[in-house]
Amino acid sequence: MTDVKRVDVVNPTEPERPLFGRRDPDARGYFGPYGGRFVPETLVAPIEELAAGYFAARADAAFRDELERLLTHYVGRPTPLYEARRLAEEAGKAKGVRILLKREDLTHTGAHKINNALGQALLARRMGKRRVVAETGAGQHGVATATACALLGLECHVYMGAEDMRRQALNVVRMELLGATVRRVDAGSRTLKDAINEAMRDWVANVTDTYYLLGSALGPHPYPLMVREFQSVIGREARRQMLDQVSRLPDVVVACVGGGSNAMGIFDGFMDDAGVRLVGVEAGGERIAPGRHAARFAGGSTGVLQGTRTFVLQDEAGNIELTHSISAGLDYAAVGPEHAWLRDLGRTEYAHVSDAEALGGFQALARLEGILPALESAHAVAYTMQLARDVDEGTIILINLSGRGDKDVQSVMEALR
Amino acid sequence: MSRLRQGSGAQARLRTEGRLAETFARLRKDGRPGLVTYVTAGDPDLDRTGGILQALGRGGADVLEVGVPFSDPLADGPVIQRATERALASGTTLAAVLDLVADLRAGLPPVVVFSYANPILRLGAERFADRARDAGVDGVLVLDLPIEEAGEFRTLLASRGIDTILLLSPTTTDERLRKAASLGSGFLYAISRLGVTGARDRIADGAQEMVRRIRAVSSLPVALGFGISKPEHVREVGRWADAAVVGSALVGVIAEAGSSHDLTTRVEEYVRWLKS
Repeated sequence: MTDVKRVDVVNPTEPERPLFGRRDPDARGYFGPYGGRFVPETLVAPIEELAAGYFAARADAAFRDELERLLTHYVGRPTPLYEARRLAEEAGKAKGVRILLKREDLTHTGAHKINNALGQALLARRMGKRRVVAETGAGQHGVATATACALLGLECHVYMGAEDMRRQALNVVRMELLGATVRRVDAGSRTLKDAINEAMRDWVANVTDTYYLLGSALGPHPYPLMVREFQSVIGREARRQMLDQVSRLPDVVVACVGGGSNAMGIFDGFMDDAGVRLVGVEAGGERIAPGRHAARFAGGSTGVLQGTRTFVLQDEAGNIELTHSISAGLDYAAVGPEHAWLRDLGRTEYAHVSDAEALGGFQALARLEGILPALESAHAVAYTMQLARDVDEGTIILINLSGRGDKDVQSVMEALR
Repeated sequence: MSRLRQGSGAQARLRTEGRLAETFARLRKDGRPGLVTYVTAGDPDLDRTGGILQALGRGGADVLEVGVPFSDPLADGPVIQRATERALASGTTLAAVLDLVADLRAGLPPVVVFSYANPILRLGAERFADRARDAGVDGVLVLDLPIEEAGEFRTLLASRGIDTILLLSPTTTDERLRKAASLGSGFLYAISRLGVTGARDRIADGAQEMVRRIRAVSSLPVALGFGISKPEHVREVGRWADAAVVGSALVGVIAEAGSSHDLTTRVEEYVRWLKS
């Protein structure tokens, strides 16, 4: 990790941008022992082309300017930092705990996914690729990708597990309305992991004209780096907003972790602030037992899945275990490699909450603040409510509210019934 | 230190005289195109895989690729994906596949274990290399371990007299072809087309050019795979490559035969037909 001195923002009217090139992995794409490029030979050359294309793009002021213009005028950035007083009162009782929400749910398309989808779609166009493939779990990345492709005039194919299509039916319609083709995946657990397999198979077959727009900080190098850098705008904004609105940094930053892109995005802004605890919340599902959860740091071990070496849920023979979470976006067997490394370094920590607890977080935020969070983000809310009981008086907790919950109304209704 | 170097030198010499090298030398001497067959171990179950491997040998396969089933076979098409699901359902693991090879190897053509990285890493690369040597495995091919990630693993295998089979694709640059030529052993596996595994009606247009590019930088034998399913394919490929690899088509034959009593007969007949 390069050690760069942080310079506090001097001009508060200047918009925050994604931050590029500050914490690159090594030349082979490793964050410590995690990361790398474990791909079939056919993908090596396209991935090298992608890395070269990305490094050229991020060094190009015109590329960065266009991204920034779209983030401001199309996505609606900066997103607000909102203090959830009633939630804090309920959770922290009389201890004066303060809870702030970084409102990524208020972006165009309703989740942080658009930050990365737009960045990569611009890159695809810059690289002359007219056809984009993507995977989606909850459908938020699929919707974001379909949106970016519509905006930039790119052909878009989104792979989605049959089980996820069922629980996120609304997002399927949204993608189709945006002109994307949604391709149903019936293999394996019929969720995010299987959609990624299928998207990679498509890419292998169509490498010459196709760009694979991966949605989380996962996969072979340079995806974990690239996705984190496109999401880093969240943390940059949040840090400045904390200083502007609260006059100090938070004590704890909490974000849900599926692949881990929203968490990497907000953590990145506070990485050098040693006093700020960074906590990722994984999906505890029904309970921590094989096939019943998606908490990689609770039940996983080092392995290779879908191009990267990281923490995965696997059996004794090295086969990937099935996962379960009430939230499709957290229902994945591997975690982004940089999370595994930051955890080894002791810079980040990870917890998990169950389906039932996440539902409690969903309901609490709805009733106390009038905000329906995505079930993914509800995991961060639920964990924060537990944390608020145990922390010191006056502790400030910042939650990355990564997405909005409209897409989950059906699932929540079924679960509460 | 010098003794160690001497030791690995002796083993490296041994390796060039391995069964894969012998097999390809004999094919070249006879002017005969080789046939490499792929099956997914454990489909329909591991006992029957034993019978299938023996039938492949009797039918005239020159090299046997034994596929280790993995839950996420992202380089494979639907036929091998389904075989993989059946193999996993029958409880097949990498360790069990190595035991099977150990039991049968004496009566079989050279055996190449064909796997994704994770089952091997889970067992432990060094432990895998030891057990593969003890089982008499001749070569190992790891689908998602490109040259850049394969360095240490290749050394572990080479010091145990096992060949590292590297994959080459139409997208592989000339620079990487040269690297593969210097790091690979046994033979080089050329992928004839972009995309996942699966039988096709005809050989890909660029396949011959692909083999020519490899020949320009390497004297290692070249086996061409992906999409080969008929005797005329095998003959055509044999005109410019050392061997043709048949995978999905054979796996399809096994799937169709299922658990019927004539499974091994049908496999043997299919190989004879391919070589006709």
